[in-house]
Amino acid sequence: MAAITVRGLTKHYGSLHAVDGLDLTIEEGEVFALLGPNGAGKSTSVEIMEGHRFRTGGDVEVLGYDPATGGREFRERIGIVLQETALEKELKVFEAIETYAAFYPRPRDPGEVIEIVGLEDKRDARIKTLSGGQQRRLELALGIIGDPDLIFLDEPTTGFDPSARRQAWSLIDNLRSLGKTILLTTHYMDEAHNLADRVAVIAAGRIVAEGDPASIGGRSDGRATIRFRAAGMESRELPQVAREGYDEESGEVAIETATPTAVLSDLTGWAVGRGVELEGLSVERPSLEDVYLELTAELPNG
Amino acid sequence: MGRDLHLIYLQIQYQNKIFWRTPVSAFFTIVFPLMFLVLFTAIFGNEEIESLGVTTAQFYAPALAVFGAASATYTNLSITTAIARDEGILKKIRGTPLPPWIYIAGRVGSAVWIALIAVVIMMTVGVVVYGVEIIGSTLTAALLSFLVGASAFAALGLMVAALVPNSDSAPAVANATLLPIAFVSDVFLVTEDGPAWMDAVGNFFPLKHFVNSLADAFNPTLSGNGFAWSGTDSEYAIGIHVAVMLVWGIGAAIVAVRFFKWDPIPDRGSRGSRKANSQG
Repeated sequence: MAAITVRGLTKHYGSLHAVDGLDLTIEEGEVFALLGPNGAGKSTSVEIMEGHRFRTGGDVEVLGYDPATGGREFRERIGIVLQETALEKELKVFEAIETYAAFYPRPRDPGEVIEIVGLEDKRDARIKTLSGGQQRRLELALGIIGDPDLIFLDEPTTGFDPSARRQAWSLIDNLRSLGKTILLTTHYMDEAHNLADRVAVIAAGRIVAEGDPASIGGRSDGRATIRFRAAGMESRELPQVAREGYDEESGEVAIETATPTAVLSDLTGWAVGRGVELEGLSVERPSLEDVYLELTAELPNG
Repeated sequence: MGRDLHLIYLQIQYQNKIFWRTPVSAFFTIVFPLMFLVLFTAIFGNEEIESLGVTTAQFYAPALAVFGAASATYTNLSITTAIARDEGILKKIRGTPLPPWIYIAGRVGSAVWIALIAVVIMMTVGVVVYGVEIIGSTLTAALLSFLVGASAFAALGLMVAALVPNSDSAPAVANATLLPIAFVSDVFLVTEDGPAWMDAVGNFFPLKHFVNSLADAFNPTLSGNGFAWSGTDSEYAIGIHVAVMLVWGIGAAIVAVRFFKWDPIPDRGSRGSRKANSQG
């Protein structure tokens, strides 16, 4: 069953069409990443699904509710972690968590949630004494305290140091294993790649590509780049396929090809025949970031 | 309903905690009016008025108590609510199942509670240090006036929070309205002998009615328990005062509900647009 179904969603601000016919289906238990530049309609779309904003047109169903009218019952089943940290700084960590727990009919145990986000040592600390990353983790805790079925995470790790990011990722993985549906927006391609079952790229108010992170935008069947070093060689010593991509000055060979298997076969045959090693040999697919940049490059508001 | 009442109680507690842990608001609400009492009695002397058998603090203390109550409700609510909106706290609350009216009820309940504490502290200092006398028969009417007045000023505070563009302008608007009106509202000086326009301006706004409905309860020259529409010069009557405060309070509540915003108001040059520039 779908947790989120969006059909033909539009949001107009006067003549500006911030969301312009967006379609999206997110299945229950899925971790879904929404990528897109600022101004592409990403936040507006997510805020309509959260019930924070009203839509101009189209159909939106989230957990069987229309978020615009779902009210308290709907909000008891979702958790929202906004992009900006918004905390009452004078409160203590456990006070904030217990306050939020009281909003929900069946909250998780506050002590357990404090542990899940790794703030046990800060339980009695004033929020103003926490680091930025710790405050973000507290926001995560407030987002999951109600034991929601669906969690919206708006750029959950922006500003985290690498180890805090890894922690947040494992927390999100943990939520996935509990069967939660997660809608994630992010600017980090590695985050989408690591966490998401599916990703969609939004640009100019529409979805321009959608799929699993390994194959989105033709990643898996697109062109590959084969690289190795051939320092000191002359162009004519190299096999035919490698001559064009050879830069004599740096000694680097870069072959762009749609048929990497055949090219590799030629290269390795040549190298084995000459008894040389292909130094630094690598085959690269376009990264999620390359695909993303290509998809969003030509569009307005990018 | 039982659950909602419990949530209101928790929200009042939550807002109270935040208030007491913010020394600057506690200072202006509780200590500032006390300083006026100390200064007034020091400058003008706290002499016994022989004909009445009471000291001058008998008149200063209740007026300054109301000033503290107005600051606890009107000034504090307008500023802290505007800040909470700017910081995204209101938006975040709006995304939870907590009904918005319970959140607002928590803020108003906390503000009225703190106003009561400000009044009690002021009157206690008045009684203990300056020999102020409590008149038992007027206390019920005084308490009722207090509840209506504090609620009306809380509604006015929320109205200011709803109308100001951001939290930077909230303190300016709150103080630029409360302080001048305080001068024509018998807070610092009684204007009975002042020009007629000053009297009229004071009578128009709710603060003078709040002050007089409480101060008259401590005035030994007045008779009656306060439950009368409009007193003669010798009777304590809260009727007209309560009516004026109700009109202002209900009007403010309607405007506040109509214009209240939960999302931070976007504004050019704020962190939001800087972010768009650096990442877009």
